[in-house]
Amino acid sequence: MSGLQLETSPTTGDEEITNYTINFGPQHPAAHGVLRMVMELDGEIIERIDPHVGLLHRGTEKLIEYKTYLQALPYFDRLDYCSPLGMEHSYVLAIEKLLNLEVPERGQYLRVMFAELTRICNHLLNMGSHVMDVGAMTPNLWMFELREDCLNFFERASGARMHSAWFRPGGVHQDVPLKLLTDIADWCDNRLPELFGDAMSLVTDNRIFKQRNVDIAVVSQEDAIAWGFSGPMIRAAGIPWDLRKSQPYDVYDRMEFDIPVGTNSDCYDRFMVRMQEVYQSARIIKQCVAEMPDGPVASTDRKIVPPKRGEMKQSMEALIHHFKLYTEGFHVPAGEVYVATESPKGEFGVYLVSDGSNKPYRCKIRPTAFSHLQAMDFMCKGHMLPDATAILGAIDVVFGECDR
Amino acid sequence: MAAVLHSAPRIASNEGVLDTLTAALGAKVVTAKEEHGEIVITVARGEIENALRALRDEHAYQQLMEIAGADYPGRAERFEVVYMLLSLTKNHRIMVKVQAAEDTPVPTVTTLWPVAGWLEREVFDMYGVLFEGNTDLRRILTDYGFEGHPFRKDFPLTGYQELRYSEEEGRVVYEPVELAQDFRSFDFMSPWEGAEYILPGDEKASETPAPPPVDEPKTTDSAKDTGAGAKTEEKAADSKSASPPAERVSGGAEVEAPDPTEDRPHRAPRKGGATDTKSATEVDDDK
Repeated sequence: MSGLQLETSPTTGDEEITNYTINFGPQHPAAHGVLRMVMELDGEIIERIDPHVGLLHRGTEKLIEYKTYLQALPYFDRLDYCSPLGMEHSYVLAIEKLLNLEVPERGQYLRVMFAELTRICNHLLNMGSHVMDVGAMTPNLWMFELREDCLNFFERASGARMHSAWFRPGGVHQDVPLKLLTDIADWCDNRLPELFGDAMSLVTDNRIFKQRNVDIAVVSQEDAIAWGFSGPMIRAAGIPWDLRKSQPYDVYDRMEFDIPVGTNSDCYDRFMVRMQEVYQSARIIKQCVAEMPDGPVASTDRKIVPPKRGEMKQSMEALIHHFKLYTEGFHVPAGEVYVATESPKGEFGVYLVSDGSNKPYRCKIRPTAFSHLQAMDFMCKGHMLPDATAILGAIDVVFGECDR
Repeated sequence: MAAVLHSAPRIASNEGVLDTLTAALGAKVVTAKEEHGEIVITVARGEIENALRALRDEHAYQQLMEIAGADYPGRAERFEVVYMLLSLTKNHRIMVKVQAAEDTPVPTVTTLWPVAGWLEREVFDMYGVLFEGNTDLRRILTDYGFEGHPFRKDFPLTGYQELRYSEEEGRVVYEPVELAQDFRSFDFMSPWEGAEYILPGDEKASETPAPPPVDEPKTTDSAKDTGAGAKTEEKAADSKSASPPAERVSGGAEVEAPDPTEDRPHRAPRKGGATDTKSATEVDDDK
């Protein structure tokens, strides 16, 4: 605490406390990472917030300029480490758009399916930490159990629990066994609704949870648009905007799902939108499993997608392609694209500029958290200090992505 | 335009949008193009605020999703600032660009969208593009007290400063970057496909080597010209090489084995001499 100023009241002669400034973070359990917020408080009422971001800035965009297109892919896992595959999705689609590369249907289905599994995984973590920020411990622990299941599925698909690097330009890295698909469908049918329903039953009608979230940080539709909101933040404001529906990519246009919207645009609505999205994502996953076609999981264009190792050991041509793609990489035609997908947190965009070489000339990443966090100031104004944690929890911010 | 094969997000059709927007923006437009399914309109720097206002109010591009900077050091105005606009009602996206140099500020668009505040701060922080009218143009992502603009192409990847916690001083100290090994830049670009550098040794290939300058061409018509003759032979006879190294004198004292120890008991000397190896190195005349 700093800057405590005492003034003497001219009428009573008592000392009265004027506004004072405190630091929220950078090491604060409710800051969801390294966020420093300089708060100006009038008693316990927040007058002004100046969020200082960038404490986790690693210069990812600059690093990407020094890597080939394939080498840059794992950086995306490390942006929003709560939803790694959602980050990869935008990047591979941006490359495919520049290349105008067709992805086989099975590859598209697998990407949609695992992007939705990522969404569930992300929402489980966010909702768990949100309820913990406002004082409840149990749902978080229960949801971590489900999250553990998700991570195990990722491991079975890609070999890595978090940083999968499984989506590749042209498809996915490797096929999944049938048992994994049935296990995931089984999980969506049985374990997820049961455990998730249990956890939610503790929260959604809970009096304390409602007192902490209902009517907190109400944002009008106009404000939500002007501040560049996206994802659950804009849907909670009652705008049915979802890029999976309005600008479908991969096979989202074949999926049947609903877009939950809020009515009140407060923290409680944001939470409930995420909760409903979990069920909708489970619906999409089950459709993917039911409709999953056979065939290759990645494009067979050997100038872009490397052959499998087994093939490489049999065929000279495959060996050459393998060697060239893992050293030089593929060349992308010159041009610029902006590709945005519906990541679990909102619109995650990649502005990719290619100069025709094997490395991106510029790769600008549009983080979802940047615009949401910027709105902290006006969302918190007039609220109490403990509301700031609820508002921050409802934003769903991860600093790997925000700071890049 | 080739058929769309990729599965990237499908927005509303671009058809006619470019013409409509360029006509509506009129003189503000510098260039406009549609490539890879993206509409990119470059407008005059001073007009960016008016152009974006027109796009927002009259053409329903309600949301400013992103402002990206880019650096092209070869250009007179090296920076590009790219505004990504999204229309929620028309379900469409466009990009609007301006060009700027280090000393030519871009008018701010915080007057149109409050979200532009941080986005402009980021471009300023990373590239040093100034935004006129942005009242809060502080650094945002880099460290407190950072100098320079790291995303410029002439800023090294490793940077200039590094920091560590100093046990002696009990605080974080800043030091110039010291690389334990040279910065490694792997360039696997195929020399047949547009690598711009010259491979080692190839630098001679491009230039045709000129013959060395001589007053009179060298000929070997007579023996005199070759340098051969009695005089040369005499000179050659003088320069004898030194005598070969002396052979070991045989019949001298044989080298005795060291005295036996507990670990190495005495052994009888081997029969035959190690010097008798001539037959092994002799050239076989049969072959």
